[in-house]
Amino acid sequence: MIAFGGAIGDVLTSSTMYGSTVRFAALLVFAATGEWIAEKAGTMNISVEGMILTGSFTAALGSYLSHNVWIGLLLGLLGGLLVSIVQANMSHRLSSNQFVVGLTLNVLAVGLTAYLNAQINPTVERAGIIRVPVLSRIPLIGGALFGQTWLLYLIYPLVPAAWWLVYRTRWGLEIRSVGENPQAADVSGIDVNKRRRQSVYLCGVCAGIAGAYLTIGQVGSFGADGVSGRGIIALAAVILGGWTLKGTVGAAIVFGFFDALRFALPALGHTVNPQLLATLPYAMAIATMLIFAHRGRRPNALTRPFVRGLT
Amino acid sequence: MSAVSVDAAAGARKPSAVGNASGRNARMARTGWMVGAYAGCIAVSLSLCALLVSTTGGSAAKVFSALLDGSLRSPGAWGLTITTATPLLVVAMGTIVAAKAGITNIGQEGQLLLGAAATAYVATRVDLPGPLLLTLSLLAACVVGGLWAALAAVMRFTRQVPEVISTLLLVYIASQITTFGLTKKWLLLARVNKTRTNNGEPLPASGHLPVIHVFGNTITWGVVIALAITAIVGFTLSRTTIGFRLRMLGLNARTARRAGVSVVAFGGAALVISGITAGLAGGLWLTGGIAGDRFTGAISSNIGWQGLLVALLARERARLAIVMAFVFAALRTGSGFLAATGVDRRIADVVQAMLVLSLLVPPALEALRDHRRGTGVAA
Repeated sequence: MIAFGGAIGDVLTSSTMYGSTVRFAALLVFAATGEWIAEKAGTMNISVEGMILTGSFTAALGSYLSHNVWIGLLLGLLGGLLVSIVQANMSHRLSSNQFVVGLTLNVLAVGLTAYLNAQINPTVERAGIIRVPVLSRIPLIGGALFGQTWLLYLIYPLVPAAWWLVYRTRWGLEIRSVGENPQAADVSGIDVNKRRRQSVYLCGVCAGIAGAYLTIGQVGSFGADGVSGRGIIALAAVILGGWTLKGTVGAAIVFGFFDALRFALPALGHTVNPQLLATLPYAMAIATMLIFAHRGRRPNALTRPFVRGLT
Repeated sequence: MSAVSVDAAAGARKPSAVGNASGRNARMARTGWMVGAYAGCIAVSLSLCALLVSTTGGSAAKVFSALLDGSLRSPGAWGLTITTATPLLVVAMGTIVAAKAGITNIGQEGQLLLGAAATAYVATRVDLPGPLLLTLSLLAACVVGGLWAALAAVMRFTRQVPEVISTLLLVYIASQITTFGLTKKWLLLARVNKTRTNNGEPLPASGHLPVIHVFGNTITWGVVIALAITAIVGFTLSRTTIGFRLRMLGLNARTARRAGVSVVAFGGAALVISGITAGLAGGLWLTGGIAGDRFTGAISSNIGWQGLLVALLARERARLAIVMAFVFAALRTGSGFLAATGVDRRIADVVQAMLVLSLLVPPALEALRDHRRGTGVAA
């Protein structure tokens, strides 16, 4: 017990731990923010996993072909968008079961990226690290928040922008109404499925950025198993956050912390069973959902497809 | 294809209640439209895959020929394909039961892995005579797979954790559990391990499924088990009260509840059954011997995912799943022959997913057409 307490103490006072927490959390924050928008409109978008994976591959491809990080980011974003276009149109135009489509897209993304990676084998340019002058000097958390790759800083405008879009614009109001009561939204003249498609596109863009961040910003290479369930953890973050944006981001940071812990504990000299450590993010996602899943107020029409005349 | 669909549209527009003849015409036109739509979608998805192969420097014709060689033409190949289809079919059956009840279990990969681990544990650590050992080891696979799915069921029905997410997260945990098991000699690790990777103990001879030899092909008895399960599932779903209640629950949970169907009992049971079959599939896969004679951490190698796709592809019809399982198994065994063509074998995964995706389109289009005309389920 004392050793456990000591380990926690070590972790909480280590500034590298804060840095790596932020790095792991960033991926989840990008993806969870997009997923949050999609869920607000009524889609539980499990293909976010495939979107991140595709984005991470196309980003690697873009940076390999052009030797330019910006092109990599752009292609990563487009990769995520591409998957979301299929997901959105199949589930909200053809009204196919969104889980079936999402799952198939995940399997497709795994196969396609592994195949293309084996055939092309792109090498990746990494994005540079920018230290924000004064802010990165703050002890303990300054380096973590402001001494990272510039791709990570995209979070700072993205999250407020998502909040503003959903809570302060007409489009956001329509998104929320489509997720709560599609029949009423339909009667008041909103094209329900169009709004839902648009929300999934946004999710695709965010997940694409997450993928680009993973390859260009964090790892520096494409790994076929680099995403390994992070998209699903992002889904869990939205649930843990009770479908509020600040809750979602908070949950993403918590999960990022457990992700970082896997590497930090051995690095700080604590011996923990490696398999136990590896299950930590997944087990924590499940454990927190057990406690919080029934508390949040989920969008009323979440996962229900909208076909006019059917209730 | 466009000609067919125009005909179909013209035929179906006539109200079917007018007379027998026009009703039959409409029905035939509808069948024609569906056949055309399916053929068109399969053609599109396969051409996309061919395009993918040729843009990445391969030859689509060579790939196709290699796939055929590996799955059917070379000696002993179709026996291998049938044996590979066995676990796919078993996984698909459980998935169909769950899907009919409106439960989305997508964690078969983990349930299958733990099932295989349980089989390996019993087969290598318990001392029992011949057939008893095999039976017990397969039963262990069922129990463990079922329990793993039961975890998700308990969370779903007591704490409202969506089973879509929990089953998927449990896959990653299952994989770590087996990795842990492979580090301990009292669990799964071989007592004498000469390789650098941690592998399980080789199964004893009595732990393998007995085989049938047909025309130089070797098929395991697992096929019989799989077909029996298919028959039971097909019959139960379509011909019994239990099957009716399950389907009612999946189609409209509110109505089902009013009619006295317990959502927890039937939904939970459906989820557990899909776990049991996935576990059993893991046991059959291990004892079938294709994946080697011992348990390894990578033994599931997408069998769970592919079985899930088979169920989706068969659109929840038990008999159709037999065909689809064979097609997927053929792609899987065929991809082993791709090395000579210089194309990565994972193209088979792409083809499988593309097929599933494309076959989702025709039924959705049809439902949409019906709905627009007001003749579909909504009317």
